[in-house]
Amino acid sequence: MSEVTAPKIPVTVLTGYLGAGKTTLLNRILSENHGKKYAVIVNEFGEIGIDNDLIIGADEEVFEMNNGCICCTVRGDLVRIMEGLMKRKGKFDAIIVETTGLADPAPVAQTFFVDEDVQKNARLDAVVTVADAKWLSDRLKDAPEAKNQIAFADVIVLNKTDLVTKGELAEVEARIRAINPYAKLHRTERCSVALADVLDRGAFDLDRILDIEPDFLNADDHDHDHDHHHHGHDHHHDHDHGHGLKHYHDEDMQSLSLKTDKPLDPNVFMPWLQNLVQVEGGKILRSKGILAFHDDDDRYVFQGVHMMLEGNHQRKWKDGEPRESRLVFIGRELPQDLIRQGFESCIVS
Amino acid sequence: MKEFTPPADSASIVSVTERVKPLALGMVVTSVHFLGSRAAFVGGEENVAFVDGQGEISKVAVHSGGILSAASDGKRLVMGGDDGKVVSLDAKGEVTLLATDPKRRWIDAVALHPDGAYAWSAGKTAFFKSGKSEEKSLEVPSTVGGLAFAPKGQRLAIAHYNGATLWFPNMAGSAEFLPWAGSHLGVTFSPDNKFLVTTMHESALHGWRLADNRHMRMTGYPGRVRSMSWSAGGKALATSGADTVILWPFASKDGPMGKEPAMLAPLQARVSVVACHPRNDIFAAGYSDGTVLMVRLEDGAEILVRRNGTPPVAALAWNAKGTLLAFADENGDGGLLEL
Repeated sequence: MSEVTAPKIPVTVLTGYLGAGKTTLLNRILSENHGKKYAVIVNEFGEIGIDNDLIIGADEEVFEMNNGCICCTVRGDLVRIMEGLMKRKGKFDAIIVETTGLADPAPVAQTFFVDEDVQKNARLDAVVTVADAKWLSDRLKDAPEAKNQIAFADVIVLNKTDLVTKGELAEVEARIRAINPYAKLHRTERCSVALADVLDRGAFDLDRILDIEPDFLNADDHDHDHDHHHHGHDHHHDHDHGHGLKHYHDEDMQSLSLKTDKPLDPNVFMPWLQNLVQVEGGKILRSKGILAFHDDDDRYVFQGVHMMLEGNHQRKWKDGEPRESRLVFIGRELPQDLIRQGFESCIVS
Repeated sequence: MKEFTPPADSASIVSVTERVKPLALGMVVTSVHFLGSRAAFVGGEENVAFVDGQGEISKVAVHSGGILSAASDGKRLVMGGDDGKVVSLDAKGEVTLLATDPKRRWIDAVALHPDGAYAWSAGKTAFFKSGKSEEKSLEVPSTVGGLAFAPKGQRLAIAHYNGATLWFPNMAGSAEFLPWAGSHLGVTFSPDNKFLVTTMHESALHGWRLADNRHMRMTGYPGRVRSMSWSAGGKALATSGADTVILWPFASKDGPMGKEPAMLAPLQARVSVVACHPRNDIFAAGYSDGTVLMVRLEDGAEILVRRNGTPPVAALAWNAKGTLLAFADENGDGGLLEL
């Protein structure tokens, strides 16, 4: 086999509830002087008008794959548009897919996992969610779509921060963190975020699943060291930790983080993980992991969207690097105890 | 065809690679069709490249962007572009604008019948035009994946999500829906008008026997089927998508129901395009590694037309008499073989 492989075109998925500022961010990306050309897949023509770029209208047509996987929905229009765009390779450097405010990001992401031809030519770079600082807290209560978009995000642009008080901002951030502690969060006014913070993130790149610590543990402006990602069965809502960060528990969307410094048995772990996403994949929106297997000097990394998983040996563990396994799940009504028990049974005793 | 006589028990495959006139088209190629005596290679965008028997290349501008779809009846080529235009190109190289989508939507699919009728689609709407009669249109439930005329040209098949719609454009209220879950992309009628076959987004074909709409599931492909070609007389449907050419039997009234397909010309590469000879029981196949083979249906005997080592073969076609074979890979390197 001597098939020629060209570099894959990065695809950024831009989501956000109605009125959050998606179009503002899109216009910002397109009008900035970056010397790059974008192909932009939008649902509404007319609101963006940059002559330089290719603008394509989409219909958000979702269909179910006939593969017995109930949550394997893909965007058929994207498959078709990607095929058309590939005839014009070289005319653009990257693709941005804007979804409607009510869209579920999963079918978009899954399109890049299940379609062979799309996969050959393009790679999903990141899901970027624009959220409205003023109204997000309300939407999280009444709009499941808004919650999905936050849970799914790799990058959250928390916009319109000038319209809220400090207290309100802290509250909305805490609500976001209760759902998704792992996304990179940027506070903005009129979506003025550095392009490097939203584009070319490599969030789905196995080689870049280096750090799956919660974002706020790494942030410079917070200084606390307790474990924020064990929501478990802690039902004391709205409690304050005494240093300004409110801690919320979201009733139906959670993240679960698992960790061990003991080696895992790959012959137990792999079937367990595959079975878990088969059975609970409808609830699990995103999953990621870095794994240390027994008798294996290589790090194994994986990531998944609902029932779809991809994983690979990444590199050798470095000398002195702690051989820890870490897993993260974000999902709706996660069976946390079941997942914990299953994970523990994979540890080599 | 006396050339097609591979010696019995020869260890190595017969090759005609030295007889191929090499072509460097210098553009992305997506398909090839013969218009009269010239081969017309359809580019990924903007141009069609004509190649005559001497290997002379002349390019004609047809669209001001990507060329998304193309169909030919041997006399002309109809194409749809991402510029929202439907254009035709005749054997003399003359370009005619047939239609412009008012919203400049992509023209995703086109179909052409030798009697002059043509069809195209933009989004969920299929359009039909014949002679001087008025343009007709039909909206289907989701974006059109493919279009095909029935052999007589009176009826149009429209592939979309969850099935296909059959439509007599000149008869109001005639649309008939053939359901089957999934996304249907390409579509073709059998030459005897008894079967309709679609290529699906998953690695499978689906078929309906039109007399009673009985289903035919044709599965087992490792990859998506992108190319289908009916053998001379419509006895078999040759398809891409596997590392052999898969030929489904359609000679009997039950078509491939309950039958195994023939699997010919296995290689260590995926078949990317197939083209059956118009008169004899022979087909040509192009592969993902650039190989082109000619294969006899009867016994699977192979002749090498082009060696591997290049991008996938994207375009492959015979002329109407079956005396010329044209091919090109995705990057526009191809050849012309005279038999």
